[in-house]
Amino acid sequence: MAVTKSAKIIGKFTFKRGVHPPHRKKFSEDAGIRAVTLLAGSTVVVPMVQHIGAPNKPTVEKKQEVTAGQEIGSSEAFVSAPVHSPVNGVVQNVTAMNHPLGRKVLSVVISVGEQQPDQQQWKQFPADFDAQKYDSETIINATRQAGVVGQGGAAFPTAVKLKPNPEKPVDTILVNGCECEPYLTSDHRLMIEAPGPIVAGLQLAMRAAGATKGIIAIEDNKPDAINSILSCIKDTNQIQLAICKTKYPQGGEKQLINAVLKRVVPTGGLPLDVQVVVSNVGTLSSLAWAVVENRPVTQRIVTVTGAGVKSPGNFRVPVGMMLSDLLEQAGGLTDDAEKVLLGGPMMGPSTPTLDVPILKGTSGITVLTSGDIKRQQATACVRCGRCVDYCPLKLVPTRIAHAVKARDIEMALDYDLLACMECGCCSYVCPAQIPLLQYLRAGKQFARDIKK
Amino acid sequence: MAEQSDKSNKQDAKILMVSSSPHLAEAGTSKRIMFEVVIGMLPAVAMSVYLFLDYAAVVLISSVLACVVTEWIFNAVRKRPQTTGDGSAIVTGLILGLSLPPSLPWWAVVLGAVVAMGVGKMVFGGLGSNIFNPAMVGRAFLMACFGMMMTTWTIPLLQQETIINEDGTEEVVAITQATPLGQAKAAIRAAADDEKNNIDRNTCYTIEVDGQWKDMFMGNISGSLGETSTLCWLVGGLFLLFRRTITYHIPLAILATVTFISAIVWMINPDVYANPMVHLSGGGLMMCAFFIATDPVTCPLSKLGRVIFGIGIGALVMLIRLVGGYPEGVMYAVLLMNSVTPLLDRWTRPTPLGGHAGAN
Repeated sequence: MAVTKSAKIIGKFTFKRGVHPPHRKKFSEDAGIRAVTLLAGSTVVVPMVQHIGAPNKPTVEKKQEVTAGQEIGSSEAFVSAPVHSPVNGVVQNVTAMNHPLGRKVLSVVISVGEQQPDQQQWKQFPADFDAQKYDSETIINATRQAGVVGQGGAAFPTAVKLKPNPEKPVDTILVNGCECEPYLTSDHRLMIEAPGPIVAGLQLAMRAAGATKGIIAIEDNKPDAINSILSCIKDTNQIQLAICKTKYPQGGEKQLINAVLKRVVPTGGLPLDVQVVVSNVGTLSSLAWAVVENRPVTQRIVTVTGAGVKSPGNFRVPVGMMLSDLLEQAGGLTDDAEKVLLGGPMMGPSTPTLDVPILKGTSGITVLTSGDIKRQQATACVRCGRCVDYCPLKLVPTRIAHAVKARDIEMALDYDLLACMECGCCSYVCPAQIPLLQYLRAGKQFARDIKK
Repeated sequence: MAEQSDKSNKQDAKILMVSSSPHLAEAGTSKRIMFEVVIGMLPAVAMSVYLFLDYAAVVLISSVLACVVTEWIFNAVRKRPQTTGDGSAIVTGLILGLSLPPSLPWWAVVLGAVVAMGVGKMVFGGLGSNIFNPAMVGRAFLMACFGMMMTTWTIPLLQQETIINEDGTEEVVAITQATPLGQAKAAIRAAADDEKNNIDRNTCYTIEVDGQWKDMFMGNISGSLGETSTLCWLVGGLFLLFRRTITYHIPLAILATVTFISAIVWMINPDVYANPMVHLSGGGLMMCAFFIATDPVTCPLSKLGRVIFGIGIGALVMLIRLVGGYPEGVMYAVLLMNSVTPLLDRWTRPTPLGGHAGAN
């Protein structure tokens, strides 16, 4: 497919280093987003922690009836985001449940009731929408109340990100539509099927943060998404579309800022330090609905993909739905399915159990088969320097890994262990199959333990 | 509720694999790198066998076998898992063998190989832990022990045949001759001697060696097994670059430095110093640039480090060739630069994108 020519398009941009993993998007890129409905009597689990920041406190009790969209957990803390019930039903229990992060987290368990509201439409945005009608405070309050968090994975509360800071003004909102993770197509499908809310969300975010420029960045392997977004921004001011080369991790915050705006985020700093806020397309879509209709974040798009699921696809999933139920919607696991990832294969953690809920930050479920997984014994580091050559942050992974192996955390920290964003390029390219990133993660844990 | 626990039991029956991300990996392995290096050396191996026939075969086979067996014995004695399959011993064996003169007896080759693998590599802890290029350690050992044998150069047997026919004798002897670089050295010495004794011969000392560079390029000269044909190393080296087994930094830095220095001295005094083509295609320079200096274990990690490393080798090679006591200096240049690799790693450590964390 050819990209339509337009003055709105800038690019192509890219960053230095990084890797080219296989795309593997074919499984689900042409599958339209399908709404998932929960069966009456099934359970949803809504953890109180689905974001970076203070955990929520449950605001409902056992046996209490809840309605879809009702707030069931909130916190007074500044950096936090409330959670809402995705369904009408009865609170079965308020207890610690399995959380995708691996530990148990206080969650509200809801039994799905018989009567459910109709599916809300989420693709067409009102034609008379005008971002100028909303002021910054209104937008930020609505965003906060709806519990909008970054849907790209890190799940940082969006209201906190957008709140104007007089010391650090923002000039650009950069929209991340790169989706550089192999397999995942949720953002891709959202951009094709519902570009309106994304662009509206961007306009609202620009108003909220006082930014004068909005740039939507998309990798060049998604021409249909580029055309779809383009048709929505052609009548807007101040919004541009940046085409980026397909490369991993193009969608990494620091890489994207560096590629498109040529600015360098200082180590340990935030995009805010270089006058930028980066937001994922799904996040902005949620933000738009939150502001215009006060719609809380109780649904999100999740790609269920990989050779290990029988019928891969993209689903609009109630947040809190059990992973096992969602996999059933995708036809279930194949016999040779071996690894279930919460996210893509480069950064997604693998889960030991299917008994975990889908969170606001879960962008995909990738199921790998025994054929996909090559288990190889790590051999000695031959100092080939590939991890150094490909590290997008210009670290020296092999040195850090060796330091961690020798429990020399001071040396690891000196080699900027904490700057690592865990993209996994080092492990990906290592010819000796050394799990470099695993060492680095362990090192970060050791560093935290020492700090205590 | 009961129904649900049944369901989750059923799913839990499937045991899922858990591991740290990333869950994908590039196809390359260390083993593949080693065998690509071996493939890259095949043209030079073929050329050496073509030129020196059984001499070459004996040296190469005994060198490779001795290297592999030494590694095997060290692993067995230390009760470590066997690593002979990773191909690194074969690479070391080939590089060592190709850097030796064809007339070296097999037992000397074996001795060199044992030192290369044992002292050069295994005592440090095996692959990835050694400081010096093992093959060069082995060669340095042989140079120290058997200096005479190590500097006796048989001319290629092909060339030998024609010479014998012209002489009219039927006797087949290995004819030895100074290498082109040896001749270049002799020219420098002769010029120095003449100057000391105030003799002005008003001649070009290097006329003989300057005309030889075409033969040197093709390989029809005397020298170590692998230092004869520049062409073969270029082909093999380009293969490695193409396969991305090595990066261009070290070869380019070495060759550029050698060209630069040899061009300057040649322009200053072409009568005494051999031309840059002789220096580029002479000795083991090409082999060194693409196959010896690029040994990942003993070269710096960062790109800048590799460039400095290459410049250092190029400069040392030229220093030894022009001023030092030996006609050829690749081996010592590599060993000397190997010793500063840890230092270079520290000096050229890349600054992270966004600066050091400590700076904030």
